[in-house]
Amino acid sequence: MAKKINEQPETTIDINDNHVKDTIEIHSSKPKVSREDRSTMGEIRVSNPRMRCSDINVYYGDKHAIKNLNLDVGNSEILAMIGPSGCGKSTFLRCLNRMNDTIDICRVTGSIEMDDKDINDSSIDVVPLRATVGMVFQKPNPFPKSIRENITFGPKIHGLASHKDDLEGIVETSLKKAGLWGEVKDRLDQPGTGLSGGQQQRLCIARTIAVEPEIILMDEPCSALDPISTAAIEELMMDLKENFSICIVTHSMQQAARVSERTAYFHLGDLIEVGDTKQIFNNPLHQLTEDYITGRFG
Amino acid sequence: MEVVTAGLKKRQQSEAIFQFLGKGAIVLAVVFLLMLFISIIGKGYSAFQQTYVKLDINLPSKSINRDNIDTSDFGGIIKATLREMFPEVSGRRAKRTLYRIVSQGASFQLKEKIKQNPDLIGKKFELWVPADAEVDMFVKGYIDRNLPEDDRQIKNNQIKWIDQLTDESRLEKRFNTTFFTAGDSRNPEQSGIWGATVGSFYTLLVTILLSFPIGVAAAVYLEEFAPKNKLTDLIEVNINNLAAVPSIVFGLLGLAMFINYFGLPRSAPFVGGLVLTLMTLPTIIISSRAALKSVPPSIREAALGIGASKMQAIFYHVLPLAMPGMLTGTIIGMAQALGESAPLLMIGMVAFIVDIPGGAFDPSTVLPVQIFLWADSPERAFMERTSAAIMVLLGFLILMNAFAVILRKRFERRW
Repeated sequence: MAKKINEQPETTIDINDNHVKDTIEIHSSKPKVSREDRSTMGEIRVSNPRMRCSDINVYYGDKHAIKNLNLDVGNSEILAMIGPSGCGKSTFLRCLNRMNDTIDICRVTGSIEMDDKDINDSSIDVVPLRATVGMVFQKPNPFPKSIRENITFGPKIHGLASHKDDLEGIVETSLKKAGLWGEVKDRLDQPGTGLSGGQQQRLCIARTIAVEPEIILMDEPCSALDPISTAAIEELMMDLKENFSICIVTHSMQQAARVSERTAYFHLGDLIEVGDTKQIFNNPLHQLTEDYITGRFG
Repeated sequence: MEVVTAGLKKRQQSEAIFQFLGKGAIVLAVVFLLMLFISIIGKGYSAFQQTYVKLDINLPSKSINRDNIDTSDFGGIIKATLREMFPEVSGRRAKRTLYRIVSQGASFQLKEKIKQNPDLIGKKFELWVPADAEVDMFVKGYIDRNLPEDDRQIKNNQIKWIDQLTDESRLEKRFNTTFFTAGDSRNPEQSGIWGATVGSFYTLLVTILLSFPIGVAAAVYLEEFAPKNKLTDLIEVNINNLAAVPSIVFGLLGLAMFINYFGLPRSAPFVGGLVLTLMTLPTIIISSRAALKSVPPSIREAALGIGASKMQAIFYHVLPLAMPGMLTGTIIGMAQALGESAPLLMIGMVAFIVDIPGGAFDPSTVLPVQIFLWADSPERAFMERTSAAIMVLLGFLILMNAFAVILRKRFERRW
């Protein structure tokens, strides 16, 4: 299913956007930065960033999971993070809304600036932060409650709406934005866990946007879904981009190429290369990046 | 391939042997269970019936003090009635034996009847009163009339009277309501389990009110909030150890702490509940933690991911999902507590208490201790009551466990 796309990296991919042409081909013959060099290539900074991460180090106990990472998240952009398993991309994503706090042995140093505040500072309350920086997880994880309750939980705990009609409005707009309204409007009181995988994931996205976040983090949101659901969610991301910044971790390079403006390539805890998606896929600066996107990595 | 085929027979054989052993174990368990039930039911079922004697009461107006009915000599009226029924009996000893045909409770019954219905004064009416326990045993066939007179509680003249009463249809076995409505008594025919049942109820009420919130709070804190370090490891080990401490030790603790130090009343269901709380807490904490652990972490992450605080994530999502498991553990803990007698002996709930307790601070006893008390009594009639009380206790336990199973099935959730 989703794997099918992965298996044919050199053939045609969807061109829903203008970054990527028909194929991924490496045109340049310029010498690449050698595999041993672990400094970050490309433009890590953008003008007017939404989030600015400086000198991020993450440790799981003794394991150094992310080493000296610097990266900006821009406004209204989709930033894709790619890399082999265990490279630290999900860990980095979870730094952005402090989800790593829930892991006892995890320690994060460095600063993440958002709205002139260092959100990595322990004095920052994670509750408003996570309301601003929402998260969608790899496995669809709707609450085992009704579809309506799945959506209203966030607005309720944050006090965004208390009146029943307001909540109904939020339910409707969120589900519409997530492209799920037509499918579920007649069964809002049925359990969210009864939906199909793709619908569940869209419900989770609707649940996230119901609290009106400014940034949405997506941790491999399509890895458990079939191609049709994947396409629906990608389309949704393109729509959401107008109002939100989206950071997406993905194992599918095609997905990164299809949806993102910027792409960051991670390798064993190092951020190897960041840049315009088109450039990353067509003309990577680093040998490791090229190895990975051409499928030669090993 | 040949090697595989060669070993195949041996493998099948060992599997067959294992299955046979498993079946054997189950059969053995079922046989023991059946033996237990047959023995208890066989001995106890007759306690649900009681022999009653019909008396023709003649109530002359002058024998009753209308202004103060309580002071009237109802015992004398019963005795006079019996003498009238058997005019041939003479001599003090023979008369005393005759009076023992009916229960000592007969006069109280007559008194209650007159109090409720004073119009009966000066009239003649029929009254069914319980027979004495020994007579009851004889009627139920537990005393063999062919034994030598000295070897049985019922003497020859009593047998004659009983036969006469039977011939006149004045003897009848009826459903034993006293057994379910009375407290304890020295006279088997007047004793019942209601006092102990109410005592058990108050004790369990105190136990569940204390142990459930404390146990769940401890489990939630340990599982969700507490840092994982040496101290919490030590606490966990100790909770597990506590679950294995003999219950009598908790009884001694209760005696020393609650009664001697805090000066709480002896024999009170409140203190019993405190002691049983200590005993059931480890069970509840362990099962609650297991229930919390079984809630998938993705639910917690989902709630935290949209900005719920840890408290909100736990109270809105984790606890409701863990609740069936917690309740199951609690009910099983309560069933254990209901069947517990040893620690309650230590805090004085073994006292002989006739009154039905009116609250958690009234002296009372509990069902298992009542069983213990009756099992200790020499009267033949208490033996069947012991078995009957065990049947009632087992009935409650089966009900509670069935409730736990239903709860588990009902609220089993998919995610």
